[in-house]
Amino acid sequence: MKIVVCIKQVPDTTNIKIDPETGTLKRESAGTVMNPFDMYAVEEGLRIKEKMGGTVTVITMGPAMAKEMLKSTIGMGVDEAVLLSDRLLAGSDTWATSYALAKACEKAGYDIILFGKQAVDGDTAQVGPSTAQYLNIPSLTWVKKVREISDRDITVERMMEDGVDVVKSSLPVALTVVKEINEPRLESLKGKMRAKKYDPPIWTLADINGDPNMVGVKNSPTRVAKSWNAVREAGKAEMIDGPDAAAKADVLFSRLKGLGIIK
Amino acid sequence: MADTLNKDEYRGIWVFAEQRRGQFHNVTFELLGKARELAEPLKCEVSAVLVGNGIEAKAPELIAAGADRVYVVDNPKLEHFNDELYANVVADLAKQFKPEIILAGATAVGRAFLPRVSIQVNAGLTADCTAFELDMEQRNLLQIRPAFGGSLMAKIMTPERRPQMSTVRYKVFKAIPADASRKGEIVKPSIKADCFNARSEFLEFIQEVEATINIAEADVIVSGGRGMGSGDNFKLISDLARAIGGAVGASRAAVDSGWIKYSHQVGQTGKTVSPKLYIACGISGAVQHLAGMQSSDTIVAINKDPEAPIFGVAKYGIVGDLFQIVPALTERIKKG
Repeated sequence: MKIVVCIKQVPDTTNIKIDPETGTLKRESAGTVMNPFDMYAVEEGLRIKEKMGGTVTVITMGPAMAKEMLKSTIGMGVDEAVLLSDRLLAGSDTWATSYALAKACEKAGYDIILFGKQAVDGDTAQVGPSTAQYLNIPSLTWVKKVREISDRDITVERMMEDGVDVVKSSLPVALTVVKEINEPRLESLKGKMRAKKYDPPIWTLADINGDPNMVGVKNSPTRVAKSWNAVREAGKAEMIDGPDAAAKADVLFSRLKGLGIIK
Repeated sequence: MADTLNKDEYRGIWVFAEQRRGQFHNVTFELLGKARELAEPLKCEVSAVLVGNGIEAKAPELIAAGADRVYVVDNPKLEHFNDELYANVVADLAKQFKPEIILAGATAVGRAFLPRVSIQVNAGLTADCTAFELDMEQRNLLQIRPAFGGSLMAKIMTPERRPQMSTVRYKVFKAIPADASRKGEIVKPSIKADCFNARSEFLEFIQEVEATINIAEADVIVSGGRGMGSGDNFKLISDLARAIGGAVGASRAAVDSGWIKYSHQVGQTGKTVSPKLYIACGISGAVQHLAGMQSSDTIVAINKDPEAPIFGVAKYGIVGDLFQIVPALTERIKKG
């Protein structure tokens, strides 16, 4: 079974600092990490391989600095980790990124393609289902459990807002996974040894037979017209005090009632 | 790239009418309300797209809520949500009738299938929008959305392609009051037969037992964090939530400690919520948690650490022992 996992490098929000003046994130202070949801996708790929046999190939689209992240997936046990990198791809929106990833998946070969449910920088959750549509395969989003899998089909549980949808699909299929699906493994010693020597192959747009007119900022349907820091009104809280808990609760109750939040 | 298209062929605003088991998702009505507002300067009609099985009888509700027209696609294969089929049907309709704008809720359903539509119709899609503006000269919809967990706002547009598509966060826009006397037409267009071929199939739905109120839709959320200390102590949170008519939320720390299930998690790796009232108990307010709740209307923070960042986003703060304050608040609310 050929398993492909598409991952993304994102700014590390666990190390991020807040600008005390504006209450916004100081993004330049953060390093980069693998998108947290993608860890679960890599882990699920490895688990499917352990059950069904085959290979796990990780693909990321991004600049050369993403190689370190790719090597960490080798440490976890994936077979190959490919960097899709080309200046023609720069500035691609989800529509164009999905096209490029679809072409890369075609080159890699696939029965199952895994994604994290969304990347924590863009928060769009669009690339998984869009890639599936380019490949004309089914997409099952928000997967929290793989119930059954065979060479021909897969049954999964999807986390919807009101409960769980159980869905069966033939292969090939694309899945986007949520955090609940598994507990990602750490890099093994053996994996780390391999990762140390591993040099991720680089695929260019030409390598994946990509059409230059489908990618890049110029060919992306959406444009960012403007972006700005969302300023929070920091430090404006009314601090409620009182002689004891009941008194504090009483004041809070009357404030909430005054706002019409509590009837 | 698509050949230069004639944008003037595209007119009208569409709202995807999301329903699960015959119940409309509230965002449907919110979007119809917003669509009516946008339709005024654009001088166009608002249509709802209703996809399901045995669903036609629900169409008048959409007209009452602001639709001038409802496209109904009623087919046994559409009984349950299916990403492929819903995408194929909406894309086929969009190719036939050429709307200028398509809006759908940024829900588990909307965010799953609309990306597929955007590829099929060769147009852009903007996720999880929270505001819209119009550039009337170009008839461009300016789609405003938070990114990076809400710390960055972006204004996105689709200058050259049509339709312009967005998934939209719920509880942001207001529905207009239902008016049963509103007039509108119900259209049952024909859909290409091959749109109904899917390789995935719905098997069953499992209602989540303990999540009596879904946090993404709740008007009030009471959340517990690391300060709760144990799973048993979450009873204080659920007691308060019950008294106030709200849902139970949690920080990642509480979920990772195994005190409560992941479906309750609020924050960057959980759910993004924007209730009218969010009460954070024993939650310090890590950036990742704030990302998921800072757009709540009113935030109350209860924490023993006066320096906790959660107070930075709160409207009301109480520094103290949550094990005393939370039960006291529950009692006070019960008293009314």
